[in-house]
Amino acid sequence: MDKFVTHTGTVLPLRRTNVDTDQIIPAVYLKRVTKSGFEDGLFSAWRNDPEFVMNKPEHQGATILVAGADFGTGSSREHAVWALQNYGFKAVLSSRFADIFRGNSQKAGLLTVIIPQEKIEEIWDAVETNPALEVTVDLESKNVRFGDEVIGFEIDDYTRWRLMEGLDDIGLTLNNIADVDAFEAKRPSFKPQTIPAR
Amino acid sequence: MGKTLSEKIWADHVVRSAAGEPDLLYIDLHLIHEVTSPQAFDGLRLAGRKVRRPDLTIATEDHNTPTLNIDKPIADPVSKLQIDTLRNNAKEFGIRIHSLGDIDQGIVHVVGPQLGITQPGMTIVCGDSHTSTHGAFGALAFGIGTSQVEHVLATQTLPQSKPKTMAINVEGTLKAGVTSKDIILAIIAQIGTGGGQGYVVEYRGSAIRALSMEGRMTVCNMSIEAGARAGLIAPDEKTFEYLKSKPHAPQGADWDAAVEYWKTLHSDADATFDHEITLKAEDISPFITWGTNPGQGAPLDGLVPNPADISDVEDRGAAERALQYMGLEAGTPFKKIKIDTVFLGSCTNGRIEDLRAAADVLKGHTVAQGTRMLVVPGSARVRLQAEAEGLDKVFLDFGAEWRQAGCSMCLGMNPDQLAVGERSASTSNRNFEGRQGKGGRTHLVSPLVAAATAIRGTLSSPADL
Repeated sequence: MDKFVTHTGTVLPLRRTNVDTDQIIPAVYLKRVTKSGFEDGLFSAWRNDPEFVMNKPEHQGATILVAGADFGTGSSREHAVWALQNYGFKAVLSSRFADIFRGNSQKAGLLTVIIPQEKIEEIWDAVETNPALEVTVDLESKNVRFGDEVIGFEIDDYTRWRLMEGLDDIGLTLNNIADVDAFEAKRPSFKPQTIPAR
Repeated sequence: MGKTLSEKIWADHVVRSAAGEPDLLYIDLHLIHEVTSPQAFDGLRLAGRKVRRPDLTIATEDHNTPTLNIDKPIADPVSKLQIDTLRNNAKEFGIRIHSLGDIDQGIVHVVGPQLGITQPGMTIVCGDSHTSTHGAFGALAFGIGTSQVEHVLATQTLPQSKPKTMAINVEGTLKAGVTSKDIILAIIAQIGTGGGQGYVVEYRGSAIRALSMEGRMTVCNMSIEAGARAGLIAPDEKTFEYLKSKPHAPQGADWDAAVEYWKTLHSDADATFDHEITLKAEDISPFITWGTNPGQGAPLDGLVPNPADISDVEDRGAAERALQYMGLEAGTPFKKIKIDTVFLGSCTNGRIEDLRAAADVLKGHTVAQGTRMLVVPGSARVRLQAEAEGLDKVFLDFGAEWRQAGCSMCLGMNPDQLAVGERSASTSNRNFEGRQGKGGRTHLVSPLVAAATAIRGTLSSPADL
């Protein structure tokens, strides 16, 4: 996983709520067995519309997605995170994220930032006035900055540390594998096993 | 102070707890399917890691599998590669797999309970958001992404932050013709798609206790549609009775020890929830969705809402967009909406009880002109059971298509899809734009409403027949 400390880029303002995982990446794109190449499927139904914000020339190259509330609802597909990353997004800002999507993004190194809806609106307005506006998402100092504006955000210290160091979660758990051995030694015998099949 | 059910299960699975870190939870059962696992196995290979507990892992093929001609090679080469990848991974890492054509193949959330490997008090995960289904047995079951699938394969654990707890009480007696599906659609319409975010929901109350195990699975299944991490129901005699005859139920002394433990799995009388809501069962009527998220639902007796009547700006905009996508006019009675395709199936409503309920309504009728009905059993065993009961004949005589088991049109990953503009009444769980096929329009309904709709060709309940 790549480290995330701070990122500066332009914004794609997505004025929609409840952007579900089927919009981010429809099921027909989920047949690949790799983690790459999903950018073609990103918002694919909406991209058929030339007026869709992502198709506008002024928003090409955007690396920060700013979306309405309840972003990422629906399926557990991590492909949604990969599609956003494959396309070039480094961070997503919303007032509310679906739990599984947020968990997935934190595992894969896509920063999801929660800020109040009025601040989301402020960024939308600013970017629609000036699409070239550069916005900085700073995980180290836990804020989003543009112009004179500084918007603080909260993230738990553990996740922040993991993202900033780009640490592999599995490696961290394997460091404590003796605890897992000890737990397994006292699991009740009535717990089911899948093998052998009955 | 007492503990809630989910807090008890959580406490029983903490492997390691350290200040400033998420708890490390032990996972009792890991269910796998073809779509969300290939990259996880690749990760294991790259790091030279093994599957720690193949004996707590089981795979089935469901999302991508065809429901016709399953004796022939899968026609779509990309789908075939994904299925073959799962088979190869299962072989390489020693994981039990139920492939297409196997008697125990089916939707992962139908297979677990029917094998009896879903039991009370367990932690269960799967790379699928509808893993919450298993909560019907009093298990803490939740969907995970592919990175977490890899984590569980490698360590049989997951770091997790403790969720908040919510009680949803449904008290009273359901009216005739009202089902578990209507309960959960009514709950989601009330609390919204984000209402459960950050929570594990425990469904309680007399109307929940009165539900069969199948009905409880339907309710827990759609917890994620309210944004909840998981949903569960305290196990009771009904749960134990359901499990007793299943292949992987504990045997002999283990059964007694298990039941003794399972009987402790309920929220203590003095336990408090972070949030609590109560619905009256009598107030719930057959429910449908009219929009493009599961929270946009209403009683079937009503009219397509007018966005202008919605005070919240965001909700109003979302409703306007939804009606445009759905091709609906505000003020139209729901029962006047013409349906092209009726889909009976999915992990929400593809179990034997669902097929029985629908067949009971369909018997002696013929499918409406211009409407097609697709019946897709949740598992190969459900299909066999239905055939043993003669339900297949009811469906075929009615004019429905009787298919092989899988996820099918719930998500349209296989060839079972809606065409652009085609409108469905579907017993599945999501009405997102394009969910059942690009440009397709989905109304979520119960099996009873699905059946009545197939007879009349417009959204209907059995009371309309």
